[in-house]
Amino acid sequence: MISLRSILLFPLQADRLLVWLLRGLAGIAGGLVILILGFLLMETLPALRHIGLSRFFTDATWHPADALYNLTPMLWGTLFATAGAVLVATPLGILSALFARYYAPRFMGNIFRKGIEILAGIPSVVYGLWGLLVLVPVIAQWQLPGPSLLAGMVILTAMILPTILLVADSAFAKVSQPSIQGAVALGIGRWSIIQRIIIPASKSALLTGIILQTGRAMGETMAVLMVCGNVVQTPTSVFAPVRTLTGNIALEMAYAVGDHRAALFLSGLLLMGMVILLVMTAEGIHRGHVHAL
Amino acid sequence: MPYNIGFDTSRVPVVLVWGGATLVAGFFLGFVGNLLWQGLPHLSWQFLTTDSLDAGRQGGIAPIIVSTGFILTVCLVVALPIGLGTAAFLAEFTTKDGKWGRFIRRSLDVLSGVPSIIFGLFGNALFCHVLGLGFSILSGGLTLACMVLPLLIRITEEGFRAVSHDYRLTAAALGCSRTSTLLHVLVPLAAPGFLVGVILSLGRAMAETAALIFTSGYVDRMPESLFDSGRALSIHIFDLSMNVPGGDRNAYTTALLLVGCLIMLNGLVTWLTRHWVRQRLGVA
Repeated sequence: MISLRSILLFPLQADRLLVWLLRGLAGIAGGLVILILGFLLMETLPALRHIGLSRFFTDATWHPADALYNLTPMLWGTLFATAGAVLVATPLGILSALFARYYAPRFMGNIFRKGIEILAGIPSVVYGLWGLLVLVPVIAQWQLPGPSLLAGMVILTAMILPTILLVADSAFAKVSQPSIQGAVALGIGRWSIIQRIIIPASKSALLTGIILQTGRAMGETMAVLMVCGNVVQTPTSVFAPVRTLTGNIALEMAYAVGDHRAALFLSGLLLMGMVILLVMTAEGIHRGHVHAL
Repeated sequence: MPYNIGFDTSRVPVVLVWGGATLVAGFFLGFVGNLLWQGLPHLSWQFLTTDSLDAGRQGGIAPIIVSTGFILTVCLVVALPIGLGTAAFLAEFTTKDGKWGRFIRRSLDVLSGVPSIIFGLFGNALFCHVLGLGFSILSGGLTLACMVLPLLIRITEEGFRAVSHDYRLTAAALGCSRTSTLLHVLVPLAAPGFLVGVILSLGRAMAETAALIFTSGYVDRMPESLFDSGRALSIHIFDLSMNVPGGDRNAYTTALLLVGCLIMLNGLVTWLTRHWVRQRLGVA
C-alpha cells in the first residue's frame, strides 16, 4: 500500500499546473504564521531599537503619554487570570466528564453532553455581556468595586470548561474496553477504576487539551476586557481590578501612535511567544516526545 | 459505551462528581436562562429590519446584519479557495512525514492557537495600513479569512482522507491525470467534509470580536461599499454593553440572535454529518 501511495503522490507531466497552483495556495496558508510574526516584529523593532527591551519591564509604570511603558502589571494580570481559570476549570471539567460518562444515567449524560457542546460554541462577547451585567453586580454586592480579577477568572473558567470537558469525554471514550471490563470482573470499585485505569490511560490527551485551553484563556480578549475593570496595577487581591495584555491592546490600539503603538505590538509579540510555546508543548505531548509525569 | 463500571466503596467520589456536575449544569442553565429572559421579549421582525437609532439604544440592527453579512462573505470568498487548495495539497500530494507537508501542518497548528487579538493587530498593520484599505469591511473580512483557515483546512483535509483509496487507484488505472482525478472524483467525494468545514468556519467568524475591533471598525450606518467601515453583530454587543449606557436591552437581544444563529449552524453540521454517514452506510 505504501508503494502504491507513493506512486499516486507522484504527479504526471500534465499536472504541473495543478501542482504549482496547490503549492502556491498551501504556501500562502503555511506562510501566514511567518507573515504575522514578521509584521509584529516589523512594528515593534523601531521602538525596541531606541527604547530597549528592558524598559518594558523596568519603567515606573504604564503611562504611554509620558513615555513610560512597563508591561509587567498587565503580564501579571494575564497570568493570574489564566492560572485561576485553569486551576478551577480543570478539576471541574474532568469531574463533569466523569459524571457524563460513568455516573449519570445514560439519557442524563447525553443531555448534559449536548448542552455542553452548545455552550462550547458561545462567543466570548456574550460571556462578557453576562459577566458585565450579572456577575459583576453580584461581586460588587459582596466586595467593591465589582469589576475584578475574580470576575475575569470566573468568565474564563466558564469559557474553557466546556472544551476541557469535551476533550476529557472523548479521551475517556477511547480507553480500551477490555481493561475496564477486566477491572470490573475483579470487583474493583468504580473510583479505583477511574483513578488507576481511566485517568492514566487518557493522561496525555487531557494534558494536551488543558495546555491548549491555557493558551486560549491567555489570548482571550473581549470577555476579560468587559469584566476585569482594566486598571493598570499588579493585583494584590482577587477583588482588585486588573488589566490584561490583551485588554491593553484592545483598549489603546485605536488611538496609539509611534512608540505607544509599537509597545502594543510588543505585547502582542509576547502573547504570541507564550502561545507558540504552549502549542509546541502540547504537540510534543501528543506525539509522545515529552513524557508527562 | 461503558456505563455501570462497578460501584463505589466510598461516598466521597460520588458526592464530588455529582456536586461538580450540578455546579456546572446550574451555572450554565442560569446563563442561558438569563440570556433568553432578557433577550427574547424584544426579538421581533421589526428589530431585525430597522435602522439603529440613538447609538443603538433604540431601533433595530438592520445595518449591522448587512455589515456582518458582507464581512462573512469577504471572509469566505477568500478563505474557501485557499482552504480547499491547501487541504487537497496536504491530503493528496504530500506524505505524512514529507518536508513541506510537515512544515505547513505545523504552522497551521500554531496558527490555530494564535489569539484573535493578534489577528486583529496583524490585520490592522497589513490590510488597514500597508495595503491602505483603512477600517473597512474588506479589512475585517480578510483578517477573519486568515483566522478561519486552520479550522477549514483541517476539516477539509479529513474529508479528502475519508475518501477510499480505491477511487484514486481506479482513476490512475484508467489513465486519468491527477488534475482530472482531483476535480472529477476526489473533490465531489470530499465535498461533505468541505461543507462541514465551511459551516464551522462561518460560525467561528461570526462569533469573533477581537479581530474586528480595529480592522472593520465601529460604524453602525448601512454600508455602501466594501471599503466602508461596518459593525459586526459581536461588536455591536460589545459596544452597547461597554460604551453605551442604557444599551443593555438591545445588547441582550443581539446576543440572543447571535447565539441562536450559531446554535443553528451547529445543528446543521450535526444533521449533515449524520445524514452522510447514513447515506454512506446505505451505499455500502
